[in-house]
Amino acid sequence: MTLPVLVLLAWAAMALAGPWLAVHPNAVHLQRILAPPSPAVWLGADDLGRSVATRLAIGARTSLLVAVWVVGLSVAVGTLVGTVSGYLGGWWDRITVLVTDVFLAFPGILLAIALAGILGPGIDNVVLALTAVGWVGYARLARAQVLSVQHREHVLAARALGAGQWRIMRHHLLPMISAPLIVEATFGVAGVVVAEAGLSFLGLGVQPPAASWGSMIRDGTRYLLVAPHLVLAPGLAMLLVILAINLLGDRLRDRLDVRGRR
Amino acid sequence: MLTLLGQRLLSAALVVVGVACLVFLLIHLVPGDPVDVMLGESAQPADRAALRHALGLDEPVGVQLVRYLDRLGHLDLGRSLQSHRPITALLRERLPATAELALASLGVALVLAFPLGIVAAVRPGTAWDYGAMGFSLFGVSIPNFWLGPVLILTFSLWLGWLPVSGRSAPGSVVLPALTLGTALAAILSRMVRSTLLEVLGEDYIRTARAKGLGTLAVVLRHGLRNALLPVITLLGLQLGGLLAGAVITETVFSWPGIGLLTVQAIQQRDYPVVQACVLVISLTYVVVNLLTDFVYAWADPRIRLGGRR
Repeated sequence: MTLPVLVLLAWAAMALAGPWLAVHPNAVHLQRILAPPSPAVWLGADDLGRSVATRLAIGARTSLLVAVWVVGLSVAVGTLVGTVSGYLGGWWDRITVLVTDVFLAFPGILLAIALAGILGPGIDNVVLALTAVGWVGYARLARAQVLSVQHREHVLAARALGAGQWRIMRHHLLPMISAPLIVEATFGVAGVVVAEAGLSFLGLGVQPPAASWGSMIRDGTRYLLVAPHLVLAPGLAMLLVILAINLLGDRLRDRLDVRGRR
Repeated sequence: MLTLLGQRLLSAALVVVGVACLVFLLIHLVPGDPVDVMLGESAQPADRAALRHALGLDEPVGVQLVRYLDRLGHLDLGRSLQSHRPITALLRERLPATAELALASLGVALVLAFPLGIVAAVRPGTAWDYGAMGFSLFGVSIPNFWLGPVLILTFSLWLGWLPVSGRSAPGSVVLPALTLGTALAAILSRMVRSTLLEVLGEDYIRTARAKGLGTLAVVLRHGLRNALLPVITLLGLQLGGLLAGAVITETVFSWPGIGLLTVQAIQQRDYPVVQACVLVISLTYVVVNLLTDFVYAWADPRIRLGGRR
């Protein structure tokens, strides 16, 4: 058991156990407003006297849920579109390439910011916006992989035996292209965690009183001088999770022998 | 080479049209009626009709799209719903701040990335290498909306060296540029290290060493020059990330650029301004990538001279 794995397990445990623990993330305690970390409130309290540690756990749940949904949907849609377009070729392929080119012309998180801003705040719109941007990378990758393996002999053999196109894609192409997609999806989780927190930081994600690490940082910046723990705690939690995912992703890439992303 | 660039230019033009169409469609994604969202439920019917007409929303979608593209062709981005000023004027006001921030961040990234990457590649497996790559791992993992407040806390509030936010005080660009440049520096230094490591294993490096050149000359003249090509490509690709990151960084530091304008417009439901900002940032990205391809083709003699065959 290594440190990154432990960090991720702690993240998942915090996220999944949240509803069953008798915690009250929105409980207001006026006598401990902006209280610094102490044995009683071990990560301190925020501007309404709410426990930062408890809100951190609720924030973990937000980020894990969004990450699982966004990466799951993006990988599913992207792999489907990319595999079909790479294997079938022709017009369908040209349209897919143009569409992905257009999506990739929006730098980074910009399109997600615009989408989330226009769809209105809320966690479901964050998932929608990040998925709308996220599937493109997987579609690109799946298509490129399919183009490189579709002339292998086992595919030709399957076709010669009369296997249908769906069967070939499902049983003969998908297993061949899954390794790079898994590695990409691992890094994708880190990307989505940052993106969700970024959107929440801009006020486009979860709405108060719900908590996200991003919205905690946003609220905390107003009290930077008097209560720096409001910004430091959620940021360090997020940094740990992202570092852990990136380290695991590197390790996974070496294990699965996927060439470096360029 | 010319046919290659021609093809590249054509596909970029196609992408630009696609981007404009997608940005146009953004306003139709507003849940319900955008006019209701902008004016509120209690608006007078006459005001609604006026705004609907001003936005052209009373026309069929196809007509709206053609009009939108036509106006874009004349560099007319419409007017802000809040200040009623032409959006081109708003953008022109904000452009210098974003350009300054982007250039300063690029400078930070280059100044950090090259020494780190070179040191790591020349002494692989040593403490230098691990230190540089540890920095790189942290750099890509730290979100800029956290790094920004931490830098403010350290250098503005505790040490009192630099202004907290805004653009008026001297030295105010330092912290935003550090925030934005660190991630880019991290990615670049990894790339410099890996390509330089590859190049330093080549035969011509051994030849250069064998004829008695010093380490510095070998690494810089023979190694780095050949390692530069993939770095140029990555730089072009990452510059877009820099522009998108500017949206968040400018918000953290109240830096009066296009990114802050985007966020303010989203908060004020000023959709035409949001559309214009997204369009301008994306088109900049497309143009930068196009220029990167040209620089790449020009810098690589194999491509530059390849067309004559």
